[in-house]
Amino acid sequence: MGGIQVGNLCHNVGSAARTMMDTMDAIRNILADQFWFSIVLGLVVFGGIQGAVAYAILLERKISAWTQDRYGPNRVGPYGILQPIADGLKFFLKEDIIPANVDKALFIFAPWMIFVVALVGFAVIPWGGSFKWGWMEATAKPMVVQVASVDIGLLYIVAVSSLSVYGVVLGGWASNNKYSFYGAIRAAAQMLSYEVPMGMCLMAAILMTGSLRLEEMVDWQARHGWAVMYHPIAALVLFITALAEANRMPFDLAESEQELIGGYHTEYSALKLALFFLAEYSHMITSSAMMICIFFGGYLVPGWEWLNTTPTFGAALVRVAVFAFKIFLFICLYMLIRWTIPRFRFDQLMRLAWKGLVPMTMTLVAAQGLVLYMGWSQWTTTAVNIGVFLFGGFVSVAGGKAVTGRQLSLRRAEAMG
Amino acid sequence: MLEALAFYIFAAVTLVSAIGVVASRNIVRSAVCLLGTLGGVACLYFLLNANLLAAIQLIVYAGGTLILIVFGVMLTSKSPWVVFDPTRGQVVGAVIVSILLATGLCMLLVGNEWPAGTAMTASPHVKDVGTMLLTDYLVPFEAASVLLLVVMIGAAYLARPEK
Repeated sequence: MGGIQVGNLCHNVGSAARTMMDTMDAIRNILADQFWFSIVLGLVVFGGIQGAVAYAILLERKISAWTQDRYGPNRVGPYGILQPIADGLKFFLKEDIIPANVDKALFIFAPWMIFVVALVGFAVIPWGGSFKWGWMEATAKPMVVQVASVDIGLLYIVAVSSLSVYGVVLGGWASNNKYSFYGAIRAAAQMLSYEVPMGMCLMAAILMTGSLRLEEMVDWQARHGWAVMYHPIAALVLFITALAEANRMPFDLAESEQELIGGYHTEYSALKLALFFLAEYSHMITSSAMMICIFFGGYLVPGWEWLNTTPTFGAALVRVAVFAFKIFLFICLYMLIRWTIPRFRFDQLMRLAWKGLVPMTMTLVAAQGLVLYMGWSQWTTTAVNIGVFLFGGFVSVAGGKAVTGRQLSLRRAEAMG
Repeated sequence: MLEALAFYIFAAVTLVSAIGVVASRNIVRSAVCLLGTLGGVACLYFLLNANLLAAIQLIVYAGGTLILIVFGVMLTSKSPWVVFDPTRGQVVGAVIVSILLATGLCMLLVGNEWPAGTAMTASPHVKDVGTMLLTDYLVPFEAASVLLLVVMIGAAYLARPEK
């Protein structure tokens, strides 16, 4: 009697162990398959970005407090680290007001549109190169820490981010409010204008590295050093346009509180307002990731050769950590700029884009093309960059025109708007 | 199977939003529906492995042209409640043009042999597309750019301040 029971028990334990082994094998197989790995990675990155956004908002409040010599949020949890949870709960519990005279369908559609568009951009970011699981055969194809490796990489990001203007424009228009409408119009003009120099900067980088894939751009930088050394001004202009595309200070004319109350999101409340904020911060993370991949060496660290040659999971984690740290630095820079530099006026904004950034970046693209065609050293473009910078500075100083204040070059009626 | 399902979904999105473009009486909503159509077509391109074409479709049409249309519409229609009311003459003209276009497309569709089963397994290289644009198709490419230049000069002329 007892013997049978023990035998059964042994059998059960054995089969349980076997099923567990089977499950482990199944999980290992799934993780070793790029398709499923990408799906898992996509979910992880999605969650990671949402968490990062929540804490980026806290970071923004802390940095603003630090800039203005205040304490910032410090009541919820130690040093206020639970503040994002409280904020999130607050947004969920608030009354979701839809004003009577709005275009209801578009009013609801706009925040979702901008949110979704801000989220799909990260799919082509190479977070950590490629690696192999310990249980994979030596001949197997390495796993790529990237949700989708498409041949048009960079163009995909440009295509997706060019759609983000719809959320702002439709939200502002559907609100049926003059202030929202002004915000929407400003946003549309601003985003269209700053897409031109952004495209030019990307073009210079694409010409230099000879690829549209972000992972190949990072590889190129592993061989030649960070691209920012060859195109410092292109990197700077790309950063400026990223600020403008994200509607961040000093380019936040679309929402400027002092003139337009809240601009395009004046009429929004509760969760819909939260979606606008989530989109803004997600956009910041995606655009920083893009800039880091193109100009700041992605997950590379100068001097750490082993980092991008070691094909283990641990090394991949270190690469992801390096990447995340660089993104963190960029986000801090975004925030410091927001709390230190005042907003542009609209005509200054347009002049900066069309008379400053566009000619500068066009020169850089032409120079990069010439360097490729003539086979000159890549360092030539560094000289051209410095030259363009100095020439731009010289022109604006020698022009002697006021940058701020009332524009003397404009007639009185124009200057008064 | 999955591909067929995706095809039907994207095709449905394209068609439904195309109907929305013509059926909606609010002109900004029409423009938003057009966004659905353009996006659906871009998704179909992605499905056919024509990644570059899909990205260009999004950048040029959805991100560039359509936003200009929306911009223009917003500046001209003052409130979300302005309805778009075509006159009878416009409707007749539109019907005639649509019928002509539809017959033309149907004739093209029926009159040609469409090779089956030649799905592209990989996206054509961006490099090849670029090379073709600057060699075999240089003249149409440049003609298009001259056309755009003409349009730009015309727009600048119209928008200049009165002297």
